Amino acid sequence: MAEIKKHDTPMVDELKGGPWPSFVDDIYSYAEKHQKQACFDLMGQLELSYKHKETHWKHGGIVGVFGYGGGVIGRYSDQQEQFPAIWAFHTIRVNQPASKWYHTSALRKLCEIWDHRGSGMLNTHGSTGDLVLLGTVTEQLEPIFFDLTHQMNMDLGGSGSNLRTPSCCVGKARCEWSCLDTQALCYDLTMTYQDELHRPAFPYKFKFKISGCPNDCVAAIARADLSIIGTWIDDIRIDQEAVRAYVGGELKPNAGAHSDRDWGPFDIKKEVIDLCPTQCMHWDEKEKKLYINNKECNRCMHCINVMPEALRPGTDTGATILMGAKAPILEGAQLSTVIVPFMRLEPPYDNLKELIEKTWDFWMENGKNRERLGELIQRIGLNRFIVDILGLKPIPQHVREPRANPYVFWKEEEVEGGWDRDVAEFRKRHPA
Amino acid sequence: MPTVEYKGKTFEVDEDGFLQGGLDAWCMEWVEYVKEQEGIQELTEEHWKVIKVLQDYFKKNGVAPMVRILSKVTGYPLKKIYELFPSGPGKGACKMAGLPKPTGCV
Ligand code: HEM
Ligand code: HEM
Ligand code: SF4
Ligand code: SF4
Repeated sequence: MAEIKKHDTPMVDELKGGPWPSFVDDIYSYAEKHQKQACFDLMGQLELSYKHKETHWKHGGIVGVFGYGGGVIGRYSDQQEQFPAIWAFHTIRVNQPASKWYHTSALRKLCEIWDHRGSGMLNTHGSTGDLVLLGTVTEQLEPIFFDLTHQMNMDLGGSGSNLRTPSCCVGKARCEWSCLDTQALCYDLTMTYQDELHRPAFPYKFKFKISGCPNDCVAAIARADLSIIGTWIDDIRIDQEAVRAYVGGELKPNAGAHSDRDWGPFDIKKEVIDLCPTQCMHWDEKEKKLYINNKECNRCMHCINVMPEALRPGTDTGATILMGAKAPILEGAQLSTVIVPFMRLEPPYDNLKELIEKTWDFWMENGKNRERLGELIQRIGLNRFIVDILGLKPIPQHVREPRANPYVFWKEEEVEGGWDRDVAEFRKRHPA
Repeated sequence: MPTVEYKGKTFEVDEDGFLQGGLDAWCMEWVEYVKEQEGIQELTEEHWKVIKVLQDYFKKNGVAPMVRILSKVTGYPLKKIYELFPSGPGKGACKMAGLPKPTGCV
């Protein structure tokens, strides 16, 4: 092995101090142990960037593996003479298991491959969900892909104008609020749409995210073009005995989430009843009984979050389907908007897939280059998207409030007499 | 910029192996050279059709066509394009056709 070259990194080294786990400590201790030049060079280039207050990665990079149009983010240093081991520093996205449960044997094996063929540095995980392998050279891409698929039974994640890697909250695996088997659905969608994930065919990127309830632990409403959020349509289940235990102080509100500060004794009126956004709850002090007018409940989760041992979501469960979330570029940030207020979701999820495929068909044909779904909906209008494209009925739940301007489009067939009018006819009644 | 020598010709390329001089520097030797790199055995008429469409579109519009347009004009579904160019329309076909490197969030 060639001589290892270490760089002076005084600014980077300052980040070894303080109580938070230091990425600098981690990278250096790994680099020393494995004598990895790439890690030393990365820290060297980072020091240079701290000094110049500028990135030292070149623009873009197009690398990959045969058969796929994405999965690898190519990157090259612009200081190649000084930092030759990161001349190329490509990132590989590996499709993670739903909710990121691992067995150590899988992670050990993956680390062995990565120690051998890459920098040894990881991002666990990327914000979209992938297990991210940070830094390798072009010649290693095919061997790594071979090892991943043949030894690990793992595939690459998505990148480019395609379906990106779907992800979900922990769901029924260990959360009593999940109205969906988020993992089963995430896995099913990932497997069903492998082609769309590996070979970019879309006008732009498209993301799925799945949360089991409106707490939305995977932030589906903000970070997915198609957001699937579990909910229920029957009544909240109430255990009055347990409600009394909260009121009596035997049970801690919010499962003790605020116990690091003294907020006084639990006050059900102040902390639940008065905070219910629809004011549909009532605590009868004499009866010692909690009432919920479920018809007016919007399933915000607040009361359930405060008294998890007393209140549970209903048993008739499904999901709200929302679409269009995106970051600011180009037309401004968007959260997803409600498309289907309630959809029951059971394998093989044909109802959901029909909606997905209708959406894709239209977006693929009509989306402009690099136009996210949310922008397409904005351009053609929510009404047209819901009614004409998806064939759904417009309902009040589709809007937060009705429009305030009167620029209303009518279809010709809706207007008696249509659009073909003769001005001569008009002039007979209204001389010029 | 690195250069590559192939059959007596010299090409300026970037790290990803995309041709720097663009369509002016493009020639048969370039196609032969990329063919080897991109895992293509034999260049068929179908390969040439894709290359022609890409070049014509680029000359006319100054950008590479969207995947959907490439499929529509050639009549080849995406699957077929991957059969012809295993790295796909961007890294495979555009590179061979001498078009600039795809950019954006790839
Ligand atoms: C060279 C350009 C870019 C690179 C290298 C890049 C790289 C990445 C990476 C590595 C991730 C994490 C992926 C994962 O978790 O699996 C990511 C996520 C993301 N990228 Fe990019 N990106 C680029 C450009 C852009 C652009 C131009 C936009 C917006 C127009 C964008 C928007 C996003 C968003 C919103 C996420 C997070 C999605 C989420 O929260 O789930 N990126 N990007
Ligand atoms: C040559 C073209 C136009 C002329 C001469 C014109 C003239 C006027 C006049 C005189 C008023 C009354 C202002 C007042 O009394 O305070 C008015 C109001 C208004 N105009 Fe126009 N207008 C024209 C084009 C338009 C267009 C193209 C739009 C919409 C796209 C428009 C939207 C309105 C609206 C909404 C009001 C009512 C404002 C209010 O009541 O507060 N106008 N216009
Ligand atoms: S989103 Fe809801 S179901 Fe999923 S982990 Fe969070 S609280 Fe539990
Ligand atoms: S879930 Fe929200 S809206 Fe429904 S009763 Fe509880 S606090 Fe009120």
